[in-house]
Amino acid sequence: MYALIWRLLPGGWPMKTAVAAGLVLVAAAILWYAVFPWVEPQIQFDHGVMNGTPATTPPTSGKPAP
Amino acid sequence: MRVLIRGLGELCITAGLVLLLFVTYELWGTGRYTHEQQDRLSKEMMRSWASGRPAGAGKITTERVSLGKGLAMIRIPRFGSSYHYVVIEGVSLADLRKGPGHYPGTQLPGEVGNFVVSGHRTTYSAPFNRVGELKPGDEIDIDTRDGKYVYKVTEKQVVDPTDVQVTAPVPFHPGARPSKRMITLTTCHPMYSAAERLIVFGQLSAEYPRVTGK
Repeated sequence: MYALIWRLLPGGWPMKTAVAAGLVLVAAAILWYAVFPWVEPQIQFDHGVMNGTPATTPPTSGKPAP
Repeated sequence: MRVLIRGLGELCITAGLVLLLFVTYELWGTGRYTHEQQDRLSKEMMRSWASGRPAGAGKITTERVSLGKGLAMIRIPRFGSSYHYVVIEGVSLADLRKGPGHYPGTQLPGEVGNFVVSGHRTTYSAPFNRVGELKPGDEIDIDTRDGKYVYKVTEKQVVDPTDVQVTAPVPFHPGARPSKRMITLTTCHPMYSAAERLIVFGQLSAEYPRVTGK
């Protein structure tokens, strides 16, 4: 896969290296700014909120056990 | 066949690199977002405090803060003098990305009942990363517009995520009439997992009015 991409890149090796580096950066940026922020809430391994806590409860009225 | 094996190998290496980048994002990248938000909310809150009490706000801590805004400043001396986070009103995913969040509906700092705060332990700047190190007697300081509330840690517990009774005005006794002024911190446990919750209880030991308008 990578060999094929390398062959398809234009120019000599300095040019190929530059374009390849650019492509890697673009891929990383897409992952970092678009894919990861979307994936992160789906897995959410770091979750500290008590489940089932109602959004609002009148103060001092207490809360029924679930 | 060789092409197939090489392709598979390259795919595995790529997946590994992407995973590595994702871990970096979770543990470091998310923290940058939290820091930005904390800076913004902290400035906003300090401006609001400096500008004096909003009209209509009665005596201490009856102030109502809208969801997603800064409510108070939490400091824990055991974690160092530079440790401070703006406590956000609300515990939605979006709120907790900005910092520790106060459960809406639970009491406000200094009130009789339970001031409940939840925070991330490993991602988003991990405000409650070291909460497990707290020992009975340790201080948790809460600064609000009107005063500083010093809570002392009384107890630490690991509970199931469904044990919402810990957020009751009298923890574990929902419906009971509160007489103590408590603070409860909740975060995930063990680290990097959501299997259980680590709970730290504290009780108000002192309160000081804010001297200046700052």
